[in-house]
Amino acid sequence: MSVHDLSHGLATVSLATAEHAGGTSAVHATQAGGVASAGWLLVALPLLGAAVLLLGGRTTDRWGPALATGLSWASFGVGVAIIAQLTGLAPEERSLTVPLWDWVSVGDLSLSAGLLLDPLSLAFVMLITFVGSLIHVYSLGYMADDPDKRRFFAYLNLFVAAMLILVLADSYLLLFVGWEGVGLASYLLIGFWNYNPDYAAAANKAFVVNRVGDVGLITAMAIMLATFGALDFATVHGNAGGAGDLTLTLIGLALLLGACGKSAQFPLQSWLGDAMAGPTPVSALIHAATMVTAGVYLIARSQAIYDLTPDARLVVAVVGAITLLYGAFVGCAKDDIKKALAASTMSQIGYMMLAVGLGPVGYLYAIFHLVTHGFFKANMFLGAGSVMHAMGNRVDMRRFGALRADIKITWLTFMAGWLAIIGVPFTAGWYSKDFIIETAFAEPGWRGWVFGGVALLGAGITAFYMSRLFFMTFFGKARWHEDAHPHESPLLMTVPMMVLALGSLVLGAVLYPTGIITGWLEPVFGHAEHGEPLIPVLAIQILAFVLLLAGAGLAWVMYVRSDVPRTAPHGSALTRAARRDFYQDDVNEALFTSPTMTLARTSVEADSVLVEGTVTGGTTGGLNGLSRVLRRTQNGFVRSYALTMLLGVVAILGAVWVMQ
Amino acid sequence: MGGSMFVAPDINYTALLPMIIVFVGGLVGVTVEGFASRRTRYAVQVPLSVATLVLALLALVLLGRDNTGITAAGTVAVDGVALALQGLVLVLSILGLLVMSERFGGEQPDAFTQSGVSTPGSAEETLAAKVGATTTEIYPLMLMSVGGMMLFVAANDLILLFVALEVLSLPLYVLCGLARRRRLLSQEASLKYFLLGSFSSAFFLFGAVLLYGYAGSMRFSDIAAAISSNVGMDGLLVPGVLLVTVGLLFKVGAVPFHAWTPDVYQGAPTPVTGFMAACTKVAAFGAMLRVLYVAVEGARLEWQPVIAVVAALSMVVGALLAIVQTDVKRILAYSSIAHAGFILTGVVALDVAGVSSTMFYLATYGFMTIPAFAIVALVRSAGTEATLVDQWAGLGRRSPWIAASFTFLLMAFAGLPLTSGFTGKFAVFSAAVSQGWAWLAVVGVLASAVTAYIYFVLVVQMWLGDPADASGTAVVRPSWMTSFAILVGVAITLALGVMPSPVLDLAQSTAAFLR
Repeated sequence: MSVHDLSHGLATVSLATAEHAGGTSAVHATQAGGVASAGWLLVALPLLGAAVLLLGGRTTDRWGPALATGLSWASFGVGVAIIAQLTGLAPEERSLTVPLWDWVSVGDLSLSAGLLLDPLSLAFVMLITFVGSLIHVYSLGYMADDPDKRRFFAYLNLFVAAMLILVLADSYLLLFVGWEGVGLASYLLIGFWNYNPDYAAAANKAFVVNRVGDVGLITAMAIMLATFGALDFATVHGNAGGAGDLTLTLIGLALLLGACGKSAQFPLQSWLGDAMAGPTPVSALIHAATMVTAGVYLIARSQAIYDLTPDARLVVAVVGAITLLYGAFVGCAKDDIKKALAASTMSQIGYMMLAVGLGPVGYLYAIFHLVTHGFFKANMFLGAGSVMHAMGNRVDMRRFGALRADIKITWLTFMAGWLAIIGVPFTAGWYSKDFIIETAFAEPGWRGWVFGGVALLGAGITAFYMSRLFFMTFFGKARWHEDAHPHESPLLMTVPMMVLALGSLVLGAVLYPTGIITGWLEPVFGHAEHGEPLIPVLAIQILAFVLLLAGAGLAWVMYVRSDVPRTAPHGSALTRAARRDFYQDDVNEALFTSPTMTLARTSVEADSVLVEGTVTGGTTGGLNGLSRVLRRTQNGFVRSYALTMLLGVVAILGAVWVMQ
Repeated sequence: MGGSMFVAPDINYTALLPMIIVFVGGLVGVTVEGFASRRTRYAVQVPLSVATLVLALLALVLLGRDNTGITAAGTVAVDGVALALQGLVLVLSILGLLVMSERFGGEQPDAFTQSGVSTPGSAEETLAAKVGATTTEIYPLMLMSVGGMMLFVAANDLILLFVALEVLSLPLYVLCGLARRRRLLSQEASLKYFLLGSFSSAFFLFGAVLLYGYAGSMRFSDIAAAISSNVGMDGLLVPGVLLVTVGLLFKVGAVPFHAWTPDVYQGAPTPVTGFMAACTKVAAFGAMLRVLYVAVEGARLEWQPVIAVVAALSMVVGALLAIVQTDVKRILAYSSIAHAGFILTGVVALDVAGVSSTMFYLATYGFMTIPAFAIVALVRSAGTEATLVDQWAGLGRRSPWIAASFTFLLMAFAGLPLTSGFTGKFAVFSAAVSQGWAWLAVVGVLASAVTAYIYFVLVVQMWLGDPADASGTAVVRPSWMTSFAILVGVAITLALGVMPSPVLDLAQSTAAFLR
């Protein structure tokens, strides 16, 4: 694909997106002018907040949190201004670059850092800064009594800045900076309440699993560099057509591995449930609206690669479908309100993954669902936080019940989220999810039946487990602990919930029928419509609605009409398995969780303090013995050190001698 | 070269001036020890040593470029690589020297014992403390060592290489044994380092002798010529090359010659550890590059696989053992073993990119190591350094600046983007990949993913740990000297991460050896 030189006198103006296989639009990225040229402010403002709060120390205790919140809103303001500027341009010109600096330029290798302001990244900017700022406001109330509030807000700001770097980067390299940044900020936030050792262990687990994903992303970058000699989106995507099939498939799979780590997709999903140990606003921000969707973003951004490698794309769809069902089943069994929501997040991101795995039509609906999900899931997480606030920080839904009278605002706002996620017609979730189901059914042959069937089934299960969560919390009999005195949360908390609730209800109707979302994203993804589904659209909609009624009805019968036991019953084998996340930790123990950590743990006689509880598993194998041997060599005796050296010399000489 | 009659060699003293300045400075320092009064020694030695190093650096920068060439009867090669690495050693030693001189407002450099010769806990020791004895000998010792390092990277002859090796090592053995606190541990470290160092020197010397037997000369150029003219006698060549390499691999702490590293790093006075970790690596890798690239490049099929395996082992073993450590200094020691492996990945490449990426990595590693150890020296509990990870709990809340600096340095060790650690790894891995050593780069990426874990544990401990768990720990307020060293190190680590191009260009333009 050619590189155009525009009349602006710019040295290089390159293509922001490659032509799809289907041959649609190509957008020329031009250097930003006007407000957009100050696009770096989007990142700089929250970063400034984090720096001031972290380094300012106690002096910033009083005004720090308010400053952090203000800067987050300011970043939103900049985003709105840039969007306003972009809407003034012709659709195919809505892709601006903000060059920052030449990062590495040596010989023929040149890596530069810059921001890419296009409809896709700005859609994320809106989601991140708007929902993020609301969550800042909510946290002002939620964390009001925490002595370390200032640090919490510093980490929140740091997170927002890193997430913005991730979505605004114009190259995989800078994206990776944000990728690591959100990782770091999220560990700090998950582990914020570190006085409980479980929390620190959860942060550790998230770290270890995410490293596996990172290796995938690094591998993808290494292959790209070797193939294209560059890491910026324009060059990589523009030249993707010239690379071999195998190379593209490998890049696609490696990127998928990275996406699975960040987005908690099968088989790297294990950390998300544990990460719920962090403060609830964190779950709303990181584990619902933003960070966990980074994987979807990565794949949507790399569409030029996936369009050329149907194999890798199929794997993406399969991973999405598996996670979709997995999360839904786990969600049915969890009694911890936050873990049930986490399972639901996993499942909903599974929908998005499935959608991006379906090709050009899917991208749009994936991003659409991502945006609506960001609203209704953040809404419900904040609602859960409000419930916990009312119930003395308890999370066991079996000890909730009948809360609707005491915390009416929370109940009503939560209801909006519930209606949206189960897909009641004309709510935000209905629009976005139904399109994914239809698109899945439009796949040819067996794929249509499998993916469509899974998506449809998932919708039914979602209706069940979300209704179960909703009913167990707000309906039925009160099963509270003796000391529970539910009370409504302060306005600082409820107002953000109301805003998000409104979004959960109307966002779909505002964005889709008006053509706003499709029109906005079309320059990036091109115009595409799904083919004729295997069964008529109307039939799919009716089926989905029937399943919704069945799921919700079943939940009503089980959790409102009949009594909910205060302690979890033994349950069927399936329930028990789902409660334990289908033994994912055990599986990880045996297979995934980095064998190095296993090795570390088993090898430690002396180091038990640190490693204790950092690992999800402790197994066996030759590595165990290996590390023992390794440690034994480090015994402090000069004679054995000298012997090690001698053996090393002998081994080297021997090996070379044998080779000759 | 000279026939049967002895001909006085032609020596370009201008080219050797930086080294001469450093050695003379060291000798003046020894004289000062003899004549200056106890009280004035510190006040004389610190400016004298700094001035010596700065002067040498100036001489290097101003005169070096115009005086390149092989001199002193072919034994010293002052070329781009030698000048770049000598300059790096000088800059790093200036920072190291400042950290060593830290007194925390006391009477003498804080990390060093009052009297190195006294038995720990003896009456002599008490007396030495009473009369206010100081160990200002560290300054001439350090200058001698720096001189040895500068010679090491320029040596073009196996005998001179050996002499330089000893000149740089002997003062270091002594410096390691001079810790003020935990003196027994320090003396043990010193003795271990000495014994194992001698052991490795013996291998080196044996290898040198075999190479002499092969080529009939100690000059690198003669050895290279002998290899290219294919004189046969591979039975002498191959073991000779490998044994010389072993001696150098010991100095950089590569597996399986790494065993001394953790014990010595832990036992030595922390500022010495920082100096040693940074500067010895530069010197030893410089010498290794010259031996492998200039003298025995023709035998690459023999040594390349060995270096590759040693690199892989160093990365893997260093990473695996790092993650189970509970002592900050030992973590940094194992991390240095892993880093030796990363640098060897660049050495293996055997082309210009191999040289330039290795040199660049050495710079990044040096500038993150010295401030890291400087910070370790600041975190204290009950008068001694608090080196246990647990003792660092909640440091971020007490001393946000120090904790933020250390966090940043740890990110650089881990190789996160926007730090020099990323650019350095990027450089060596891409050099290795371009020469067909992709599997080494894969091992490297995996190993750095593993080491990241222990850095992460430290970061979490500093920012999320409960300060109440480490109530005895406090950060001592450093003087401008340590603060300056930390600041410069952090700034360069950031700069080489954000805008590495000028330094990468410099490394590339100086990466050619004179043969």
